[in-house]
Amino acid sequence: MSNETILQSTIGVTIPSEIDNHEEHVHHHHESFITKYVFSQDHKMIGKQFLITGMFWAVLGGLMSVLFRLQLGYPDSTFPWLEDIIGKWGKGGHISPEAYYALVTTHGTVLVFFVLTAGLSGTFANLLIPLQVGARDMASPFMNMLSYWFFFTASVIMLSSVFVETGPFSGGWTAYPPLSALGSASPGSKTGMDLWIIAMALFVVSSLLGGLNYIVTILNMRTKGMTMTRLPLTIWALFFTAVLGVLSFPVLLSGFILLIFDRNFGTSFYLSDIYVNGVGALPNEGGSAILFQHLFWFLGHPEVYIILLPAMGMVSEILSTNSRKPIFGYMAMVGSLFAIAILAFLVWAHHMFVTGLNPFLGSIFVLLTLLIAVPSAIKVFNWLTTLWRGNIRFTPAMLFAIGFVSLFISGGLTGIWLGNSALDIHLHDTYFVIAHFHIVMGVASMFGMFAGIYHWFPKMYGKYLNNNLGYIHFWLTMIGAYLIFWPMHYEGLAGMPRRYYDIGAWESFKQFADLNRFISTVAMIVFAVQLLFLFNFFYSIFKGRKLTTKNPWNSTTLEWTTPINPGHGNWVGEIPEVHRWAYDYGKDGHDFIQQTTPIGEDESIH
Amino acid sequence: MMATVSSNQRNRIHPHKFTLWVAMGSIVMMFAGLTSAYIVRSNQANWLEFSLPGIFWYSTAVILFSSVTMHLSVRAFKAREMQRYRLLITVTMLLGVLFGVLQFMGFANLINHGIPLTGQGSNPSASFLAVITGLHILHVLGGIVALLVIFFKAYSSKYKSYNPLPVELAGIYWHFVDILWIYLFIFFSAVQ
Repeated sequence: MSNETILQSTIGVTIPSEIDNHEEHVHHHHESFITKYVFSQDHKMIGKQFLITGMFWAVLGGLMSVLFRLQLGYPDSTFPWLEDIIGKWGKGGHISPEAYYALVTTHGTVLVFFVLTAGLSGTFANLLIPLQVGARDMASPFMNMLSYWFFFTASVIMLSSVFVETGPFSGGWTAYPPLSALGSASPGSKTGMDLWIIAMALFVVSSLLGGLNYIVTILNMRTKGMTMTRLPLTIWALFFTAVLGVLSFPVLLSGFILLIFDRNFGTSFYLSDIYVNGVGALPNEGGSAILFQHLFWFLGHPEVYIILLPAMGMVSEILSTNSRKPIFGYMAMVGSLFAIAILAFLVWAHHMFVTGLNPFLGSIFVLLTLLIAVPSAIKVFNWLTTLWRGNIRFTPAMLFAIGFVSLFISGGLTGIWLGNSALDIHLHDTYFVIAHFHIVMGVASMFGMFAGIYHWFPKMYGKYLNNNLGYIHFWLTMIGAYLIFWPMHYEGLAGMPRRYYDIGAWESFKQFADLNRFISTVAMIVFAVQLLFLFNFFYSIFKGRKLTTKNPWNSTTLEWTTPINPGHGNWVGEIPEVHRWAYDYGKDGHDFIQQTTPIGEDESIH
Repeated sequence: MMATVSSNQRNRIHPHKFTLWVAMGSIVMMFAGLTSAYIVRSNQANWLEFSLPGIFWYSTAVILFSSVTMHLSVRAFKAREMQRYRLLITVTMLLGVLFGVLQFMGFANLINHGIPLTGQGSNPSASFLAVITGLHILHVLGGIVALLVIFFKAYSSKYKSYNPLPVELAGIYWHFVDILWIYLFIFFSAVQ
């Protein structure tokens, strides 16, 4: 069965007539504004919807970090304008402790889930999977649309939690009970937490609907000749990402369900022997707060790979394309992605070394955690050897991809420190952890996302982004990211704890006052630089330099064989057949050979 | 090795059927998470042990029987015996509802014997039972909704569809929630 017959035989799937390749290809398929831009079932439009919603959240989440960095960097100064924008939360020009915790929590939740999960994998899985495997659309375009609208609803609910009187949830993005389970525990644990948990449950549904589609599309909807080993590495990465999501998000959901019962139905899954000031002793008995941590981190650790793998995949693709060389060690790249995906499920307890975990169990988790260094090192080695003696084109996308490799190395190395349970006793909950995960997961994935946007913007909008703004964006962000997070390692090694509202109360951390001010200042500059990128993005959609060729980067993969502004259905006429893998760069004297080119007489099959 | 997943193989299973299989894997992970939480918690102090309500045996019989009728209705549909198909699918739905009712009677039975499932004085062991079986009932309800949809399609006079896919999908899912309950029943009986 061809893809078309499958699509047509299914219920609930509407296929625009223009993609029926048995008929004349006249564009008589009219879409209204609503079906084209709002309730679109076109994977490319859904990808853009994810991207722009993600960008909205990135700005908001980033702004929140600027606000709490004000407190951390300038604890003694007052900013009267704060009272104007956040009202009672900024009384007297000071961010109140409640507001500080609410900002930290929402920043974490938003960046991890709404930006780097939905915004990153939602965007590029939607955009790239059908285009790069050679499919008209996802296996179920309708479910795909639902996935976005669940995300959108989750976004609206999460956003509304910022505006309730008692404030958004403020117990940390990990939502550990009892702060998350008891409304009386803190102002943010009241309505804010109710909205948080509803938003997150909807978010899980969105991820599952998306993930199912990604897996099925990759396995079932590939065009003729597109064997699994001919897939670009982006698709492999997005595939493992989807598998991780589909297997780990349900476990988070089960943790949330128990939490909802503890919050609203008086059960004691996570609660035991609690005394709340002003309320008295609670009747709950027999619960275990650690249980939530197990359920949370069983998702939580795969989650960091859900964030990182799409970036890895896109970086592999962009590095190879712009080095004009085949990716080094394709099968090793796939194998290491696979190994990371497996190990992701076996290391969650390394977040819990100091919870009273059995030290023997801890040592097993240390071993498994350090094992991740092996596939990670394979990937780094292959990226570097792909660059080695390449004919490198320093496009903004390429710079961000190289920046990703740099950040992945520096952030990954500190992971080896933290993965040791003995060292973790000292480093746990310090700024060392903050530095580690912001570099390796936060900024690195952000760089992967930027690389992807710069690289595939021409496919999304038929225009180029401005290169010079791109270069400024890259260099200031790259330097800024290191200036912000590198010093935090030293603070963490000195024992400076994370999450604290005012570090200055300790004599031993007073030495860091200047450093904190420096970090905060750089953070503000870096945030401002991102606005430059936003300007570039939206300006270029309308006024950017137009594409004149289908294949602006001289790339080999299928998405560059579609028209400059592809309609719903992607290809006019037949879906092209694939004859070779995705990385024939510099082969037999050719700069590049597209996947659709048949193998020549004197050529060896890869 | 991976190259053997080649073009002639890739379209053997309908994408929607495959989606359902992956989704069932996802549901399995949810229940795996809950039942492992149950195991972890049951090894700690203050764990109330009680025997399952006997009525669960009846509900097990009911859901097993509903799987049989579901299977027969899929076969009837494929043989285009629409009368028989409609009857069997109605029976299946009713058995699904009966299953849910029996489960709730089991809960009531526990509460009457002084084992509150939620609220003050409830022990996590009873709460776990309620939440996990409750979630399973929700999944059965989802199956009933799916059956309702195809049931009304069978009565629709506007168009006749002999595409067996929706019925097959409903059938696979129905057997899945059946097997899921058998697993949970054995699990709760074994791990106390």
